[in-house]
Amino acid sequence: MPNLLAKRRLVRWSGAAGASLATLTVLAGNVLAATAEHAPDAAAHGGEHAGGLPQLNPATFPTQIFWLALTFITLYYLLSKKALPRVAEVLEERQERISRDLSKAASLKEEAEAVMAQVDKSLAGARSEAQALIAQVAAEIDANNQARQAKLNADIADRLRTAEANIAAAKEQALANVRSVAADVARDVAGRVAGVDIDTAQAEAAVAAVIEERR
Amino acid sequence: MDPLHQFQINPILQIVIAGYDVSFTNSALFMVVAVALIYALLVFGMSGRALVPGRLQSAAEMFYEFVANMVRDNAGHDARPYFPFVFAIFMFVLFGNLVGMIPFTFTFTSHIIVTFTLAATVFVFVTVLALMKHGLHFFSFFMPHGAPIALAPILIPIEVISYLMRPVSLSIRLFANMMAGHTMLKVFAGFTILMISGLGALGLFVGLVPIAINVALTGFEFLVAFLQAYVFSILTCLYIRDALELH
Repeated sequence: MPNLLAKRRLVRWSGAAGASLATLTVLAGNVLAATAEHAPDAAAHGGEHAGGLPQLNPATFPTQIFWLALTFITLYYLLSKKALPRVAEVLEERQERISRDLSKAASLKEEAEAVMAQVDKSLAGARSEAQALIAQVAAEIDANNQARQAKLNADIADRLRTAEANIAAAKEQALANVRSVAADVARDVAGRVAGVDIDTAQAEAAVAAVIEERR
Repeated sequence: MDPLHQFQINPILQIVIAGYDVSFTNSALFMVVAVALIYALLVFGMSGRALVPGRLQSAAEMFYEFVANMVRDNAGHDARPYFPFVFAIFMFVLFGNLVGMIPFTFTFTSHIIVTFTLAATVFVFVTVLALMKHGLHFFSFFMPHGAPIALAPILIPIEVISYLMRPVSLSIRLFANMMAGHTMLKVFAGFTILMISGLGALGLFVGLVPIAINVALTGFEFLVAFLQAYVFSILTCLYIRDALELH
């Protein structure tokens, strides 16, 4: 209710202002008219009046006071009842609008910050997730590599063993062949050189004895 | 050629009410013009009610805020109800002064009876306000706080006289400023005419000097027009504060 109260007070004071002006007008008018009577046609015809300040001619006082009171009271009435409330309204509206916009901007800013925090949080989550994924994949690849390496190594060892066995067998074979060839050569040499005919079994025994000796 | 001729009151329409001559004069005409201009500025200026004001609305709002700040700073927050009164005083005096700056118009604020009536209105208003607010306690205003009782016989008359002199000083300040300024403009303008008529061709050149002075004076008079309206209304504010707070 303060608005209503202020308005009522305003009305009271507008009345006080008007009343004081009106009282004064009547009082002054009385006094001045009395003075004017003593200086009768000094000013009624202002244009021809010569000498002295026109401001000090009491004959013009009543009309000036009258019109001043009339215009000033009119002005006061128009301003206090019509013009000023309108200006106040527009200014208030603007103030309200500005503060409303400001608070809206503040809340929007808050909201944006919250969204930003959310984004930051999810970004961090995604990052750690990605990190974990990378680590997992790396570990998997590592394990896979090791398994394949082990398998490869085993394979290589296996093949190596087989090859060695093959080589040993081949060597055995070759040695056996060498004996029979040597026995043949020995028989042939003995027949041609000494004219002795040795049978195969004897030659083989001799070669074997020599090989045993050399080993 | 009479520099005081501009202050002459000339009736436009003879009106006599109850034996008083209340003719519509040139002075009255420009009072009406001032009121019309003020009202037009505020009403047409604010008719758009724009959020972002245009030129005229800016001017109207500027006047409003200027006087509102003046009342708040000088009369206090309790003086808000009297803002329209101070605003009316300020605008009336300001527009009276400014309209008077237009050649061939009449400056009603250059008449002591007008300024005195305005000042007396302020005086009566402020006194009634103080009496209504403080009752008989109002008269303690004439005995400054903390002064020894022995000094009362001297202090009280001084305070009473200074209080009663308020409307006198208020009205004479405005009236004298406006009258002196306008008289001076006319006097210098008269010099030019005297020189031209007295010195002939030479006067055409020498006569430029008072015109140059008049140009400067005109600018100065605009300052005075504003300043005196400001002083008048700021003193009104201070008187209202005295009435509200007594000390």
